[in-house]
This record gives sequence, C-alpha cells and structure tokens, in this order.
Amino acid sequence: MKFLRILPLVLLTILASCSNNEEPAVDELYGLSKIKEITNTTHTIELYKHMGGLEQGYNEIALKIKDNATNQYIKNATFTWTPVMHMATMNHSCPKSPVTKVSTDGLVYEGYIVFQMAQNATEYWDLKIDYTINGTSYTMTSVIDVPASAKQRVTTFTGSDGVRYIAAYVDPHHPKVGVNDMVAGVWKMQDMMTFPVVDNYKLKIDPRMPSMGNHSSPNNVDLVQTVAGDLYNGKLSLTMTGYWKINLQLLNAAGTVLKGETITDAVPASSIYFEIEF
Amino acid sequence: MNHFGRNNFTIFKMKNFIIIIGLCFLFPKILFAQEKETDTITPKDLTEVIVIGKKAQLYQKQAKPLATIDEYLQQSTKIDMIRRGSYAWEPMINNMPTERTLVTIDGMRIFGACTDKMDPITSYVEVSNLSEATLKSGQQGACHGATIGGSVDLQRNRAGFSNLGWNAAVNTGFETNSKQKIVGSAINYANNSFYIDTDFMFRDAENYTAGNGQEVLFSQFRKFNISSTSGFSFDKNKLLEGSIIYDKATDVGYPALPMDVSLAEALITSLKFEYVPESSPIENWETKIYYNTITHKMDDTKRPSVPIHMDMPGWSDTFGFYSKTKGTLRNHHFIADLNSFYNRSVAEMTMYPADSNEKLMFMYTWPDVKTLYTALFLEDNIALNCHSSLKFSTSLGNHFNEVASELGLESLRIFYPNMKASKNRILPSVSSNYSFDENGFSYGFGLAYGQRAPSVSEGYGFYLFNSFDTYDYIGNPELKNENSLETSVSMGYKTQKWSAKMSASYFHISNYIVGKPDASLVPMTIGASGVKIYTALDYATIFNTDLNLEYQFSDFIQWKGQLVYSYGKDFENQNLPFISPLRYFSSLNFKKEKFLSSIAVQGNATQTQFSPFYGEDRTPSYAILNFDAGYSLDFEKVKCGLKAGVENILDTYYSTFSDWNNIPRKGRNFFLNVSFSF
Repeated sequence: MKFLRILPLVLLTILASCSNNEEPAVDELYGLSKIKEITNTTHTIELYKHMGGLEQGYNEIALKIKDNATNQYIKNATFTWTPVMHMATMNHSCPKSPVTKVSTDGLVYEGYIVFQMAQNATEYWDLKIDYTINGTSYTMTSVIDVPASAKQRVTTFTGSDGVRYIAAYVDPHHPKVGVNDMVAGVWKMQDMMTFPVVDNYKLKIDPRMPSMGNHSSPNNVDLVQTVAGDLYNGKLSLTMTGYWKINLQLLNAAGTVLKGETITDAVPASSIYFEIEF
Repeated sequence: MNHFGRNNFTIFKMKNFIIIIGLCFLFPKILFAQEKETDTITPKDLTEVIVIGKKAQLYQKQAKPLATIDEYLQQSTKIDMIRRGSYAWEPMINNMPTERTLVTIDGMRIFGACTDKMDPITSYVEVSNLSEATLKSGQQGACHGATIGGSVDLQRNRAGFSNLGWNAAVNTGFETNSKQKIVGSAINYANNSFYIDTDFMFRDAENYTAGNGQEVLFSQFRKFNISSTSGFSFDKNKLLEGSIIYDKATDVGYPALPMDVSLAEALITSLKFEYVPESSPIENWETKIYYNTITHKMDDTKRPSVPIHMDMPGWSDTFGFYSKTKGTLRNHHFIADLNSFYNRSVAEMTMYPADSNEKLMFMYTWPDVKTLYTALFLEDNIALNCHSSLKFSTSLGNHFNEVASELGLESLRIFYPNMKASKNRILPSVSSNYSFDENGFSYGFGLAYGQRAPSVSEGYGFYLFNSFDTYDYIGNPELKNENSLETSVSMGYKTQKWSAKMSASYFHISNYIVGKPDASLVPMTIGASGVKIYTALDYATIFNTDLNLEYQFSDFIQWKGQLVYSYGKDFENQNLPFISPLRYFSSLNFKKEKFLSSIAVQGNATQTQFSPFYGEDRTPSYAILNFDAGYSLDFEKVKCGLKAGVENILDTYYSTFSDWNNIPRKGRNFFLNVSFSF
C-alpha cells in the first residue's frame, strides 16, 4: 500500500527528468524531415525541410548543428550561408535570407534559399556555411542536390528597367479549393553574388486553367509587402482542383509594369508565371 | 363495406361524372364530397384537378391515354411546360418555374438531383402511378410547403377496396414520330381488409422529327417505372398503407442542352396510417413517413464534339413526414397539417483535361446542402350560408440550410468571405378566399401573402451553366426570402348547355430572385458569355388570366375553348422570362355510346413580350391541329379500349416560348393506344 502511494511521485520524478533534457517541449522540427548532413572535423550540420528534398525555387530550410565530440546540439551558433551555382563559364549565387534562431531556447535555426535554376549534368550547386560559436569561426561546404521542380515555382527575367529580377512562389504548400493565403518573394540581382529583396513593388496575379478555356477565378488579391524586406502576401482563389497557371505581372513602386502581360483572349498567358497542380 | 370503400366509391362516381362532362380539362373539384348527412352546406374550393386516370380506364378520359405526365399537365390553363427535349419537361405554375412552385407526390416532398433542372420530379412518376393532379394556385398550395406560384400534388393511383378480387390491365402504345413504344401492365387485388396494386410501364423512344422532316438529334429516351401500393385495414376505420415507386430512365437525350443523361433513377417510398374516427368532428387523420432517393448522371460522351469532357452527377435524398387532420365542426371545415422534411442535395463536376497526365478538375456545384423544413399549416373553410363560404389558411415554416461539404463551403467563400455554414429562415404564409355560388353564377375572390426560401441552386449553386442565356450562375447565400402578395378573382356561369369560367391572379413578388451579370467575373464554362450572381430585384409582377368555355351542342357534341393571357414585368418594366404569350385551345368532341372522337386546334400568338436579358428571343405564332378517335369493346371478361389519332396533322414546324433554345416540337405524329382490362 505504501508503495502505491509513492508510485505517482516516482513516476512524476521520472517524467520530469525526461522532459528536463536537451529537447525543448515543442517539437521544432514538426512536419520536417532531414534532407542532408554536412560534416567537417568539428561539427555536423543537419538540414531539414518540409515535403522532401531541395528543389528549384523557394526552399525553406531548417538546420541544427552538433558538436562531433560531445554529440550535443549547439544553441548559440550564428550562421551565414552562401549557395553557389557552378556553371561552365561562371559562378553565381541566389536569393537567400539570413539564418535565424526559431526560438531563443530552441536548437533549430532557419532561413530560405531560392534556387533560380536547377542542377544539370555539368552544372551544380554547393552550399558554403560559415558559422561562429563562442567567438570561434568555422566553415564547411558541400555539394547539394537541387533538381528541377515539376511545376514552375520560380521565374527569372529582366524588367523594362533593365534590372534582372527573380520571383518565387512560396505558399500555399498545399493549395485548396477556396481562398488561399498566397506568399511569394521578389528579388533583384545586384551582382552575381548579391540578390536583395525588392521592396514596395506589387506582384499582380491572374490564376488561369489553360485546360479549361483558360478561365480565371474571382476575388484574387495582388501580392504586396507589409514590411520592407519581407515576402509578398496576397489572396489566391481556386475554384476547383487541377492545374492552374498563376500569371504574373511585376509592378514597381510607381505602378509601372516591369514585366508580364494582362491576360486577354489574344494573350492567353503572361511571360512570367507560376504553376500549381493539386 | 368500410369507410374507405365508401369514400373511394364516392370519388369513383365523381370521376364518372367528370368523364361525362368532358374529357381532358380542368374541373373545379368539390372537396368534402363525402359530406356528413347532417351538414348540407358545403364550402367550395378553388382547387383544380387534372384527371390522369385509373389504369385500365385510362383510355376513356384522354385524347391520348398513354401520353406522358407532361402532356397531361400542360392541358391546364395554369401550367406551362419548359421543354428541353422529349423527356422530363419542367412544369411552371402561373408562369413560375420550379423554384417558385411546389410539386409533391401524395404530399411527399421530392427534389430533383440535377443542377440544370433536367429532372423535375414529374419525370420520376408515370401516368400508370397516378390518378390525378391537384393544382392549387398561389398560397392555396402552401399545405405541403412554401410556394409562390402554387402547387401540384400528384395523387397516387389506388384502386383501394372498390373492386374486390383480382383485376389486371395491359396497356400498349405506339407513336410513329420518334417510334415510341409503350408497354404497361397493372395487377390489383383486393379483399375486405387488404389490397395491393402494382403497375409497370416502359417507354422507349428514338429521335423525333420536327415539322419540316428534320430529325432532332439527341431527343431519344428510355425509361421504366414500377410501383406498388398495398393497404391493410383493421378495425374498419384504420388503414396502414405502404407505397413504393422505382423509376429508371437511361439514355435520355436533351437536344436543347449541351449534355444528355445516362441515368436518372428514383426510389420513392412511403408508409401511411389513416384513421377515420366515428362520430367525431375529425373526419380523417392521415400520417405518413416517407423517404426518397434520386441519382442523376449527366453524360456528354455521345456528343460529337465537346470542348472538354465532364461528369456531372447529382444526388438528392429526402426524409419526411406529415400528419394531416380534416374535420368539421358545425359550419367549419378545417385542416391541420404538420409536416417536415430533411433533404440532402449534392452535385459534383469533374472535368477531364485533354492532357491525361494532368490532374482532374473537380468541384462541387451543389456543396452538400442540407435542408430541414418544418411547418404547421392550418385551414378553416367556413360555410357562411348555402351560397357562400370563406376560407382562411395560414402556415408557418422553419427553413434551415447547412453547407456540409468543407470544400464546397470554401468554394463559396471565394465569393462570400464571411459566409456562415448554416442559415435559418422563417417562412410565413396567409391566405383568404371568399366564394359565392348562386343560380349558376359563381364568384371567387382571394387575397394572400407568402414567402419562400431560395432554392439550393439560388442559394448555394457554384458555376451552374445555363445554356439558355449562356451564363454561369453563382448562388447567393445572403439572399432574402422572396415574398409574394397575390390577389385572385374568378367568375363562372353554368347552365345545362353553357359553362364558362374566367379566373385571374396577380402576384406582386418582392425580392424577386434572378441572376444578374457581374462583368468583373470570368466564366468557367468554355464558351459562356459571363457570370451571373443570384440577386434580388426590388419586385416583379406577374398577371395571369384564363378563360375556359364549354358548350354542349347536343347529347353527342360538345365544344370547348381555352384562352390564356399572361403578363410579367420587373420593377423597371422589363419583361420577365418564360411568360406565355396569348395561348388558345379549341376542340370539338363527339361521344356516342362507346365511340368518341375529337378534333382540336391549339396555338400561341407571337411572343412579343420576350426578354433578351434572360436569353429569350421573339417566338413566332403557331397553330397545330390534332385529331383522335376511340372505341371501347366489351367482351365477356375482357374490356378493350382502342384509341388512335394524329397530332400536328399539318406537320407544322414550330417551337413555343417555353422551348429551351427554340428547339422545334414534334412534327406529324400518329399514335395508337390499346388497353385491355380483365
């Protein structure tokens, strides 16, 4: 009898000690799966992503870093990452965000990289990660696998202002029939290695179903930024399942169309677009 | 003989009476025919009855006994039929289509499962199932639910206890135009406490030809219908009756529409308990529970070229009950009816892209809409004296809708971001009628008010293509109730030889629901002109007047005439769609002993008040000539009825204001109907 009275206490203690270990209570990696491990002599970085591996387009990447010696994950690292495309005649980078901590107490860091082109037989991407732990700098580099996406999720073009732009589809990951919160990003190529976010532009959308008379959907809301430096937000209406081509027009802050056409009977598609199928 | 037998016998006698006066038109039916002996004052009712007939006796009553229900109904001056092909015409009452009317089968609510109204519920029954159709104009039809234009109650055929023993009948028919073959049979059995009626009918028709000899492609149909009603009486004044109808149509062409139907299937079941108390103010108490289920599949696979292949199935299931009491207390003849139904309507659309690697395009056109309706209807018909009566009726209904499909709800929220999944409406109705009858003159006057809820399509439809005005329609869950204020007058005069009846009704309908184009929207259907959103006009007015005349030249020869005039405008004085132009009918009928014959002319004046906004154009006038003759042969145990005739004798090419996309009607058609009863 006495044992039974103690048992809850014992169990509570065990549970408390279990939850007291390094794992935070919230699963920061919920819905993500590990896609890659990069190692140097001192550390290992694990890359995580939602819905499979990296691919051409916008990639939201989570990462964790582990001390090879202690096998402990490190909370206080700071990162900069540099994806580089190795082409026959030149190298270039792509749009990317800084790497930030998901939560102060957590172990997961995150950011995005927009691969504007896919690898092929002779051209490939690698990812260089420079990081600092307690004032000591380290680096590691690895080739990464960036296959082409099944549907067009990123488009690169030169605007009428002569600037080279990249627009990428971000959300919804899982489109539904109805009104979807749509997110996309717009960047420009400052030089081969610098691709900053473009601020205060507008990305007009016109979703169409080319397989069914190229009909549109009502009550879409064009994408704009709420905060400079952020991605662009709007509303995407989808009236049915199937293949949709989201025709785009990029407008600068003055409202001038830099690229893309209005859809008419004579112009069934814009020169810049995203594709989704569900 | 028990009470039911006697009631049926009275009705049967009345029917003979009807047959004698005339064959195929409307008659004021006197309710409460089975009066209590102590009560000599009988109030009149403005109900009209279209006699459809009782199985073997079909041939006696009708120019073409084995005509379709549609052909029977359109004989009424208050009914017009919207025609999209040979099959499944949509009845309009007082120039109002399905949404504004109420069609019931023995008081049961049934809802078609097709978003394009290709299956009005009249298409799920057969003439062999029915004895008559009771037509009530305006709010007088509110007994079984909310209506604006009126109601038609299709009454099941039941021999009941009138013919004891076994009875059987065989009906066959053939029509040259469309090569329609008709075969039917009926087997009935009755003893003192039990009866069972069964019937079967099969129709198979090919394409028909129009007046110029041109074949109307995709106008074929095939259907069969089987039904049974069985009753058991106990304690002499209690009856339990079960009824079932199974109807299946396949390969139905709709020449006026871009799609046909591969399957339209209905199962209609009910169980009724009827109680006739003795020496009580309550004459009759009837309670029924019912269930029906409809499956409807549109099909475009037989069309030579379609921009995109699509499947459009629909389902409609309805559970319901009613409990209706009729009684008499001094000079008050009252009815109380508590009724309720639950309906679930779902329709989908799946489109197949030309590139088969692409994912299918899918959406709900009716997003699993659930409707729960409950109402109490009360009527008191007060016989003021032996000439006049005053009738009051009122009904209060609760109408609840819910969109059960999450996908469907999300679809509608594209248009209505703040839309709630459910909506409740209260539907009141009041009506009063005064009637006076003396020395052959009769007058009637009525005043009524009623409301209706939007239909499933009007409230929740999603990209429903209307091939008439070529717009895609979007439902509007925020619509207000449509409400109608109506007045009606009728006058009649009757002598031995003459009978004349004029009636007129005027409807002022507020929040009149129509589709309005929204230029900002892009249609989904390939080739559509635009998108219309259901919205409400401030008001619309509809006026109908009709004249029915009969003159008995001699014991054998009788003349009949019908004249109908209608008028419909919206609040901006624009024409409403499907308003009949001046319409007339005239027939000369001959009947001597077992031979009868008639020659009839029917026509419309030019439709000048048409509505281009709703896709209408000017329909030219037409007139056609019909002839029929019949003879009945009585052998020892077998009665045989023969009926033959020609419709559209002059092979006129014509279409009417209610022919969808002006498809032409049938050219010359010879028919032969033969029936045997044992």
